[in-house]
Amino acid sequence: MTLSSHFAILVVVVPLVMAPLVAVLPSRSGIPWLVASLTAFISFLLAIGVTQQVMAQGVLLYELGDWPVPFGIGLVIGPFAALLLLVITGASLGALLWGRASMNQEVGEEHQSLLYACWLLATAGLVGITITGDAFNVFVFMEISALASYVLVSAGPSRQALTATFKYLVTGTIGATFYLIGVGYLYMMTGTLNMADMADRLSQVSETAPVLMASGFIILGLALKAALFPMHAWMPNAYRYAPTIVTVFLAACSTKVALFVLIRFDFLILQPNLGDHALLFTTILMPLCIVAFLVGSTVAVFERDLKRMLAYSSVAQIGYILLGASLVSSAGTTAAILHMFNHAIIKAALFMAVGAMVLRYGSSRISDIAGAGKSMPWTMAAFCVAGLSLIGVPLTAGFMSKWFLIQAMLEIEGIGYLVVFLILVSSLLAVVYIWKVIEVAYFQAPASMPHGEPPRLISEAPMPMLFMIWLLAIANIWFGIDPSLPLGLAGMEVQQLLGASR
Amino acid sequence: MTPTSNLVVTVLGLLNYWVYIFLLCVGLYAVLVKGNYVKRMIGLGIFQSAVFLLYISMDKVEGGTGPIFQGEPVAGQIFSNPLPQVLILTAIVVGIAVTALGLALAIRIKEEYGSIEEADTQRMDREA
Repeated sequence: MTLSSHFAILVVVVPLVMAPLVAVLPSRSGIPWLVASLTAFISFLLAIGVTQQVMAQGVLLYELGDWPVPFGIGLVIGPFAALLLLVITGASLGALLWGRASMNQEVGEEHQSLLYACWLLATAGLVGITITGDAFNVFVFMEISALASYVLVSAGPSRQALTATFKYLVTGTIGATFYLIGVGYLYMMTGTLNMADMADRLSQVSETAPVLMASGFIILGLALKAALFPMHAWMPNAYRYAPTIVTVFLAACSTKVALFVLIRFDFLILQPNLGDHALLFTTILMPLCIVAFLVGSTVAVFERDLKRMLAYSSVAQIGYILLGASLVSSAGTTAAILHMFNHAIIKAALFMAVGAMVLRYGSSRISDIAGAGKSMPWTMAAFCVAGLSLIGVPLTAGFMSKWFLIQAMLEIEGIGYLVVFLILVSSLLAVVYIWKVIEVAYFQAPASMPHGEPPRLISEAPMPMLFMIWLLAIANIWFGIDPSLPLGLAGMEVQQLLGASR
Repeated sequence: MTPTSNLVVTVLGLLNYWVYIFLLCVGLYAVLVKGNYVKRMIGLGIFQSAVFLLYISMDKVEGGTGPIFQGEPVAGQIFSNPLPQVLILTAIVVGIAVTALGLALAIRIKEEYGSIEEADTQRMDREA
């Protein structure tokens, strides 16, 4: 046994073990940040190692403590999981490297070690959900990541962070508990918690009432966690009032992990065993997704706060992602997986740029950043690049995902044409809300100061921030020209999920 | 089976599950409708307890004893399923953590706003 054969478990163990260690480091020193960043860096390297193994083997299986599956807990890392693993660990590392100044300003230095410990716990939880092959394990990791995220969100600078966190906590707990109920019903009927084993045994008891109830509870619970419209009410305020560094991290990966579980659970366990479940999956989720991106984009147009605007845009993007998956076709699922990856780099870049402006202007209201195009040219330029990617302009990552999504919609003809039209409408709405920011930043003079004081001098964002923002902006263009990494993994996953038949 | 005995079986035989459904609804109602942060946490607690009851109920095997191994194995001896109990032990721990965090938030909200009524905090946020 070489070390590389244990990468699968190390990627969750490393942040989990480092978290309590970071908690006891002295807060006011910058050491907690350094250790957390190093840990995130190691996790990221491990994730790359895992991805390479997955690319070579197709699926990476790991038996915990050498207990044979299904008696012991097994880790199952498919291509989709590997891609998400890269997103989670990458977002964790990227946000940490980007956000030290933002963290110091918004949270202060007093409790930083505890927050960085929670950060690592949240990372470990999200990674755990992604790699485990055990249905109950998913619940446990879901709660680890959720509890840590609640703490992170509640650390926001204003008192509204507390009420926003409370809402997040209540919704998150209800979602996770629904999932737990569903898993309980499935366990009652199959006597196993291992997902692959469950999929095998479910065929004997499919169409029984508990199994049908279970599918309902699981989909509802995970949709709540994923903030699918109309269950998104917790998200805008949680993103708005959380420290910006936390928003960058959560927006890039937390809801996507819930979507990942939803897609995998449904495609692997429920659809092969329940006769018309695939059809139900489409008919229930597709309208919700369409409403999600229309409402999300429309509300974003009228938002006056940058962070809330981007949060509502996330509601829309979750609609796009699940819309692809809801087609239950190989083209649709590929589009969903691709957009999940692309949206992570788009939103991380946008929130990072916004965070830099919050750092300098001390406000995230759109009207307050007038003149940012002059005072922070590099940040605003990166915001424009990521904004174009969000809209879906060619040569950006966002275009690739929309291109694949529209192709998948055209495959089904009929109603597909209408949906394509609605996707275009929603993209035009994205043009409107991104332009709203650009107009204020480039074409409005900074508001005059009261009492005739000279206007504040706003300087460009600090170097580490700018570096990370531009790294992601360039990634947006890179993956717009050469999407072979996410596309290759998505293609492999679709093969495994749907087989060659569909 | 006569209709009455059928009814007895559905109501009393499945009593655990009826209690579970009742608690689930009560808890969810309190979480969604109450405006007081502490009351909502109580509701969340009831909601989670309902699921604990579901898991505990499903581990019972008819004629089974407690799943404790005593000395030599006896042929034909039936044990209750220990796995759901272990699972729910984990879920109870998670539930305690959620309750503790929720109540801690309620305390912080009381410190910052001077009230734990959602109507009050929303009004203050609007006025601010």
